[in-house]
Amino acid sequence: MKLHEYYSKRLFSEYGIPIPKGEIAKTPKEAQRIAKELDGPVVVKSQVLVGGRGKAGGIKVANTPKEALQHAEDILKLTIKDLPVRMVLVDQAADIKDEIYLGITNDRSARKPVIMASAEGGVDIEEIAHKTPEKIIKCQIDPLMGLQDYQARDLAAGIDLSRDHWRAFGKIAHGLWQAYINSDATLAEINPLVVTGEGQLLAVDGKMVLDDNALFRHPDLEGYRDLDVDAGVEIQAREHGLSYIKLDGNIGCMVNGAGLAMTTMDIIKLFGGEPANFLDIGGGASAEKVSTALEIILSDANVKAVLFNIFGGITRCDVVAKGILEALEEVNTNVPMVVRLVGTNAAEGRKLLQDAAMETADTLAEAAKMAVAAAKG
Amino acid sequence: MSILVDKNTRLLVQGITGQEGLFHTKKMVAYGTQVVAGVTPGKGGEWVLSGKIPVFDSVKIAKDATGANTSVIFVPARFSADAMFEAADAGIELIICITEGVPVHDMMRVRNYLDHKEVRLVGPNCPGLLTPGEAKVGIIPGNIAIPGNIGVVSRSGTLTYEILYALKNLTMGVSTCVGIGGDPINGTNFIDTLMMFQEDPETEKIVLIGEIGGTDEENAAEYISQHVTKPVAAFIAGRTAPPGKRMGHAGAIVQGGTGLAEDKIKALKKARVKVAQHPEEIPSLL
Repeated sequence: MKLHEYYSKRLFSEYGIPIPKGEIAKTPKEAQRIAKELDGPVVVKSQVLVGGRGKAGGIKVANTPKEALQHAEDILKLTIKDLPVRMVLVDQAADIKDEIYLGITNDRSARKPVIMASAEGGVDIEEIAHKTPEKIIKCQIDPLMGLQDYQARDLAAGIDLSRDHWRAFGKIAHGLWQAYINSDATLAEINPLVVTGEGQLLAVDGKMVLDDNALFRHPDLEGYRDLDVDAGVEIQAREHGLSYIKLDGNIGCMVNGAGLAMTTMDIIKLFGGEPANFLDIGGGASAEKVSTALEIILSDANVKAVLFNIFGGITRCDVVAKGILEALEEVNTNVPMVVRLVGTNAAEGRKLLQDAAMETADTLAEAAKMAVAAAKG
Repeated sequence: MSILVDKNTRLLVQGITGQEGLFHTKKMVAYGTQVVAGVTPGKGGEWVLSGKIPVFDSVKIAKDATGANTSVIFVPARFSADAMFEAADAGIELIICITEGVPVHDMMRVRNYLDHKEVRLVGPNCPGLLTPGEAKVGIIPGNIAIPGNIGVVSRSGTLTYEILYALKNLTMGVSTCVGIGGDPINGTNFIDTLMMFQEDPETEKIVLIGEIGGTDEENAAEYISQHVTKPVAAFIAGRTAPPGKRMGHAGAIVQGGTGLAEDKIKALKKARVKVAQHPEEIPSLL
């Protein structure tokens, strides 16, 4: 789960990281009032969870409260990469002398957190990592020990930060570490961390991504989820314990198991079709779960055929077949369906479906070919 | 022979009185696995399976009383890290964590702690281990594989069952099937398992089932090209997965250009691994 800039920075501030003065506005009038209170130039920043806000016209400097009102009016009308702008952050404009990058993320292959700094702040870190990886200074952190002072100093020295700023930089690095650990983040990032004309360090932009599996420890943060990020059906699916991701194709897939669900998408493509979704119904496919999943798949108007691919292990195929038939009684549809059942009690399951005049397949390849043909009509 | 588990494994089940734990304990016992103890804090002194298996309050007590050497964990995600620490501190040699949804910070701490101990962790978010005809530790259905000489290692659950089943239908048997799990940070990776299969005299061929996310497959390819002399066939799931989206498994995500199926397939092919276009091709590649 991603946190908005304003909330990420608010969290950072709780851990002693200096951030610009600012407030959230949902209307242009509010933006004007905030700008008036801040008394001086401000930055009006769209709060949407995508990169490239600046390029899309979602970040603008205003010199007067009236300008802030106008910018907020323009920005609140924008849709950036399919996401509507619902609020803007009005921040005191900083006197930027230098921009650096500071972030902490999980290093998957090292199985440790890694803290990274770069003298080239303000640009996409992945771009730097790609083009000039030597400009990123990295340091792995032992999760049982935490960030050490020397590590923060090494980073500061590594990016040629003036010694005058080392103490402040160290404090910020520790604050970011605390924010990352205490929020179960998978990413905590300040980009840019600016050196101001007055010689202060200031976190001008912030980003946090939290581990969905750890949200039970942070019920307070769950409320800050941006519901625009996932398609409505994806949220509906999550509420029913289903894992669904919408894609652009026309063959709906219902599968038990994530690896098998991906494989089913791949094989549809391999035989010339396009998958409409990823859907993992998990273990023990009850009739209720199957029908909810089917409703979700069919809510996508592009879907011209549905492929069920179920491996019966502990889950029995005849039970799943019954689930599918019950679901079809509830969900009225003319979309052709292809069912493949394999494993425990597959023969019984197939018979039930064949009696109900459904198309069944023995192998995954055969099922995919049938579904591709059915989608073409 | 086999790797990790066999008929001599003395298994302890953490979370044995929970719904999942109890259900799968029955299946493991029915398969012939020696389940010697269960642990549920606060339920020590009880018995499960009609008085066949004693329940203890702690792993330490259970181990001392029964000589358990392996533990399988079925406790809810929020208690899993504690369960892994407890098993490791009690001197259990092999821990298999089935639980899905363990926070990644917990896993970083667990993994870094366990690295200092003589203990192997498999999982979390995995289906466990199956040595056909000898022992089933976890949730892999026992009836879908027969004993043989093929070692199987996978990040997935049902996709692995598919392949086991396809092999069985052609009477191709398996030495051990290792589900290493779908999480970004786990206890045992492909290389660890490949190393064991390479050393195991019973294993003559290897099947590797990977998916998008991370670089474990690329690292495995590098390892294979240098250290594995047995033939390896592979399948990688997720060629059609969109970048930036988590495909069910916590670890199955293409991020910042890393974790792509194409890169993994390319690396494996370079290591002379035969890569299947779909899972049903696997048996013909062996």
